[in-house]
Amino acid sequence: MFKEMHDLFQWAWLIPALPFLSFLLIAFVTKRSKGLSSTISILSILTSLGIAIGIVYTVIQAGAEVVEHPAIVNVNWLNILGLKIDFGTIIDPLSAMMLFVVTLVASMVQIYSLGYMHGDKGWSRYYAYQSLFASSMLGMVLATNLLQLFIFWELVGLCSYLLIGFWYFKVSAREAAKKAFMTTRVGDFGLLLGMIFLYTKFGTLDFAALSTALSTNFQNIAVVGTVSYVTLMAFLVFMGPLGKSGQFPLHVWLPDAMEGPTPVSALIHAATMVVAGVYLVARMYFLFDASPAALQFIAEIGAFTAIFAASIAIAQNDIKRILAYSTLSQLGYMMFALGVGSFTGSMFHLMTHAFFKALMFLGAGSVIHALHEKQNIWDMGGLLKKMPITGWTFFIGVLAISGIPPFAGFFSKDEILANALHSGHPIIYAVGLFTAFLTAFYMSRLFFVAFMGPEKEENHPHESPWSMTIPLMILAFFSVVGGWASLPAHNFAYFVHYLPSGQEFEREAIDWGLAAISVLAGVLGMGLAYLIYLKKAISSEKIVATFPMIHKVLKNKYYVDEFYLWIIDNVMGGFSKVLYWFDITIIDGIINGIALITRGSGKTFRRTSTGQVQTYAMVFFFAIVVIFMVFAFGEGQLTALNPLATLGGVK
Amino acid sequence: MGTVVFFIFAILAIAAAWGVVTSKNIMHSALYLALSFSGVAVLYVLMNADYLAGVQLLVYTGGIAIMVVFAVMLTLRGDVRESNPENRVWGWGALISTLMFIVLAVVILTNADWRILPTAWDNVGSAADISLLLLTKFMVPFEAAAVLLTVALVGAVILAKGVKVSK
Amino acid sequence: MNLSNLANLSVGLSTYLLVAAMLFCLGLYGIFAKRNMIAILMSMELMLNAVNINFVAFNRFLWNQKVDVHYILTGHVAALFVIIVAAAEVAVGLALVIAVYRNHKTTNVDELNWLKW
Repeated sequence: MFKEMHDLFQWAWLIPALPFLSFLLIAFVTKRSKGLSSTISILSILTSLGIAIGIVYTVIQAGAEVVEHPAIVNVNWLNILGLKIDFGTIIDPLSAMMLFVVTLVASMVQIYSLGYMHGDKGWSRYYAYQSLFASSMLGMVLATNLLQLFIFWELVGLCSYLLIGFWYFKVSAREAAKKAFMTTRVGDFGLLLGMIFLYTKFGTLDFAALSTALSTNFQNIAVVGTVSYVTLMAFLVFMGPLGKSGQFPLHVWLPDAMEGPTPVSALIHAATMVVAGVYLVARMYFLFDASPAALQFIAEIGAFTAIFAASIAIAQNDIKRILAYSTLSQLGYMMFALGVGSFTGSMFHLMTHAFFKALMFLGAGSVIHALHEKQNIWDMGGLLKKMPITGWTFFIGVLAISGIPPFAGFFSKDEILANALHSGHPIIYAVGLFTAFLTAFYMSRLFFVAFMGPEKEENHPHESPWSMTIPLMILAFFSVVGGWASLPAHNFAYFVHYLPSGQEFEREAIDWGLAAISVLAGVLGMGLAYLIYLKKAISSEKIVATFPMIHKVLKNKYYVDEFYLWIIDNVMGGFSKVLYWFDITIIDGIINGIALITRGSGKTFRRTSTGQVQTYAMVFFFAIVVIFMVFAFGEGQLTALNPLATLGGVK
Repeated sequence: MGTVVFFIFAILAIAAAWGVVTSKNIMHSALYLALSFSGVAVLYVLMNADYLAGVQLLVYTGGIAIMVVFAVMLTLRGDVRESNPENRVWGWGALISTLMFIVLAVVILTNADWRILPTAWDNVGSAADISLLLLTKFMVPFEAAAVLLTVALVGAVILAKGVKVSK
Repeated sequence: MNLSNLANLSVGLSTYLLVAAMLFCLGLYGIFAKRNMIAILMSMELMLNAVNINFVAFNRFLWNQKVDVHYILTGHVAALFVIIVAAAEVAVGLALVIAVYRNHKTTNVDELNWLKW
């Protein structure tokens, strides 16, 4: 058994390698042939899915072994004078879970794209990028050290840029791609600083080595004021997830990223890339655990992002924007779960959210495709009749995200909220509960407006082809059963948890009281949406009319983008004006000054070579005086003053 | 007595030299030069160099100074009162001359070996002693000097005559 | 300072040397500051005179012992040679000045600046 396990884990590197190979093939060989490109891409990702399932199965079989001792395979990559970097793969329950989620969603999305991207001119390019993205994300999940993770982190960002700006002829897509890249770059800078700091302090970037180093006693001296260096490192490292996972204030790129094709949004901006930040925090949890201040900060930012994004979502009308803000909100959940110490809850929610959010995005894509690129929910209506599979799977997604049992979202969300309250964060619990209410409200609003109610005359929807509906059904299946992973004896928590060394794992029972409260919140949200949008018992226009200012603020996303633009124009613009002045006046002044000195001294010295012998004679005698001075006083004979002797060269 | 004479003629020589270099009139400069030479001749006498004093008067005052006057007359242009102006950088010249004088004065005054008074001298006239040296020890330079004078004479004639324009 | 000392003031070697130095520096000034070529030649003559005074003074004060009935008057001989050479030089120099004057119609030294190139 061990031998098999060991063998399979040795082949884990194939999982990212196969999609990468597919990318190379498509980019260089099969670009012209559309059929071949998609076939290679889908085959490679399905193979990776197969290997991932095998690994998950082996991990479950192995039980506690692999939790205590994850299977790490390292190959030395760089070994220069004190810099030793390895490349490797790590198989522990966390990475196994991520492998499964990523390969599953990626393969579903790629199969779905067969139908959605049909007829698009950039077909081969699209599949090349999809393969590259899959390989980068999988490589990141398997990384054993921070540098390897960072390399794949950047690659994933690159793929996001390429795929958001896939329809590069559209100005809005280009701008969105640039915005995504630059916003995440701000975060990546902090991450890089954190990495450098860690390396200089501990001499290694390997996760296992860092974990040991941080758990042993070390001098945690204060760096700035009362901030110890561990806290500083944790904050810096957290900057990366702040950008990548769209926490406030670097969340601005995610709604704009909806410019990309919908399958891309489903894969990258719902299920996989945006959770890379959460994954990083989970991998480096030993660092954050050593700094309570950083954890508190993470919790607060996460909770704020959750409610912030949810409040914006209730006033949006574009179907993809609503889903994007919903993703932001759920990412906030995952972050604050980590912040309050609910490692298991966060990872569980990551998994379930991947399923139902990808499902809903693909469903939205199906709708958009059927209505010929219409995205405003008020242009839709009554789609459930003509698009039953899309409609019902979408409804399953709505139930899952609202936390209704027995769907997936209930188990994960409830675990997070319970942990928040039990670990002494009542405010965060309240925020999370209210956000759950809002989530249920706006998702139901979307469903009722788009799928229920009267049909619009101008729409002629039809159900999507099998290539698009089969992935929907598969994801819907997982949205139903995904939560049940917390039920058996060796449940999700048994495998994926964080324990400081020396502590035993204890299984927590579900707190049914709190669970009931969160279900109630979800049901209330759905009920309110039902009343307003389906029954029309309360008029939504009247609510808007009663709170016009609030509605305006929510609709305009709290004017955060405008604020950033103002900062860039005025603060950065002003600062750059100062630097421009500095450059022109001082730097150029110095250069010009050197030239001026040369010219001036030239002008002065010209006077000594006039061509007139009298001038030369003057210089000659002046030199005699100078030489005399040098000999007289240079020898230190001020008192004796016998210059004659020195002039003659005596002594 | 000797001291008084010395001071009178030393001051005369120096004042005349001052006149040479500061006068704007070149004719005046030339005449001042002759005066300075004469003053120096008296100084020679005070130092028992009687033969040299005679030579000084004959050659310098009577020859060179007159030659200078001739040259002045041959090359005079414009107003004689403005014929010997200073140039633009006379200030620098004055500065450097002053510095040079200070250097020399410092050297002279700080040398203890030179603070000596004259000892008695047999007043027999120096011609015989000079001729003794000239015709024994400095025979060759003496002859060379004669040749030099001849050559200089010929050269001066050629230079002053000018180049004939060939037809 | 006693005024009676003035009567007893004897002239030493350094006095003569100082006089010579003054003459020398005056001549130097003339060379630097005058525009007329002839004035420069005149200043040069002053300098040569100063040198002569030096020669004679040193001879008078330092070699004042009779050797075999004769004084050693090497300084006088040197001064004599200086006078000879000065005469020759003045002759040639003035001839040059006249030649230059004939060509350029000027005795202004500032205009003789071909060394510039």
